[in-house]
Amino acid sequence: MFPARFQYHRAGSVKEALGMLQQFGDDAKLLSGGHSLLPMMKLRLAQPAHLVDIGGINDLVGIREEGGKIVIGGATIHDQVAGSAVIRSKLGLLAECAAAIGDIQVRNRGTIGGSLAHSDPAADYPAAIQALEGEIRLESGSGARTVKANDFFVDLMTTAIKPGEILTSVSFTPHTARTGYTYLKHRQPASGFAVVGVAALVTLDTKGNCERVRVGITGLGPKAFRATAVESALTGKKPEAATIGQAAAHAADGIDALADIHASAEFRAELARVYTRRALQQAISTIKV
Amino acid sequence: MRVTMTINGQQRSDEVEDRMLLVHYLREVAQLTGTHVGCETSLCGACTVLMNGKAVKSCTVLAAQADGAQITTVEGLAKDGELHPVQEGFWEEHGLQCGFCTPGMLMLATDLLSRNPDPSEADIRHALDGNLCRCTGYQHIINAVQYAARKMRGDARKSA
Repeated sequence: MFPARFQYHRAGSVKEALGMLQQFGDDAKLLSGGHSLLPMMKLRLAQPAHLVDIGGINDLVGIREEGGKIVIGGATIHDQVAGSAVIRSKLGLLAECAAAIGDIQVRNRGTIGGSLAHSDPAADYPAAIQALEGEIRLESGSGARTVKANDFFVDLMTTAIKPGEILTSVSFTPHTARTGYTYLKHRQPASGFAVVGVAALVTLDTKGNCERVRVGITGLGPKAFRATAVESALTGKKPEAATIGQAAAHAADGIDALADIHASAEFRAELARVYTRRALQQAISTIKV
Repeated sequence: MRVTMTINGQQRSDEVEDRMLLVHYLREVAQLTGTHVGCETSLCGACTVLMNGKAVKSCTVLAAQADGAQITTVEGLAKDGELHPVQEGFWEEHGLQCGFCTPGMLMLATDLLSRNPDPSEADIRHALDGNLCRCTGYQHIINAVQYAARKMRGDARKSA
């Protein structure tokens, strides 16, 4: 099994890659780690005439702290995010989520930018990016813009990226004090993809009430989303088991759940409610007040 | 296009089709058939090789992406006729039956032990997530990796 014929181009810089995108137009696809695109090309679900490889561009790889934010280059592999001391200490939810993606081999090649740009409805990262309210930087020949996570995911495998744009980095606000988090997923056993995955992030106030609740859910619907009904049902409340359960019951509200051979829509919705409850309980249990 | 890479310490340079996968390059061009083609869908791990020291599934990497890289295949593990500790572990602990998954298992185990010289059984099971074996039930593979870990740490005691 191998892809249809294409021409391979290795870009040495973002500028060079943007030039290639302009030159080849709709016939070109960006290649980073290739762990979403190459499988699709091997199945001939995608047959681009030109591949522009941005995986080797140094400016797109790495993790840095900048103006109180943590910025991750688009071509940074999952293994680096999962193992980074900065991410583990200041943005633990993202490290936990990165470590849950696929397997070692996948985490050694797959990149954060590639995962987000591909926007597979069962991908892990989008749940955490939603819960963390990540900001996605897109560069084009005419400049750069930043898109909030909630506006970035548009529909099934569809994002706010326009033709001619490159996802160059994602930035995050570090966790604050009295914050607990976790990423839990019901794993599809063969692929490791999330049948449903829930990223929960809770900050308690000094009285022990939920000050800020963020829940990102992947796998349930056509795109990862913030479960705002769950968040508002818990915000301001004492995080008691019954209250968490009542809030988590809203996890699938208003979502047109996906159905496939792995799980029916009803089962996915139930998984979302159960995993949201577990994720919130676990997140809160880790908070040191 | 022309790709140049160092495979098991030997540099080679070849003209290949842009779409050639690394696994096919290794097997058909470099004639190193120890790396196996299994599922071809990045699930089974039989094609695992080390690319710049990290385990990757070579069915999901273009030869073009590996241009300039250091590649280690199963043929590169033994040195001067001496089995690598990971290979010795699989030999001693009967870590294989049909052997199809073994090259991938060996390369994955090599990556694991380079990150974590003293993995727990749970660590090993978690690391083997992306490598499927349909014969052993995995227990002997776990034992083999533990044997290799002990040997590489300088403690060659055989497991109980």
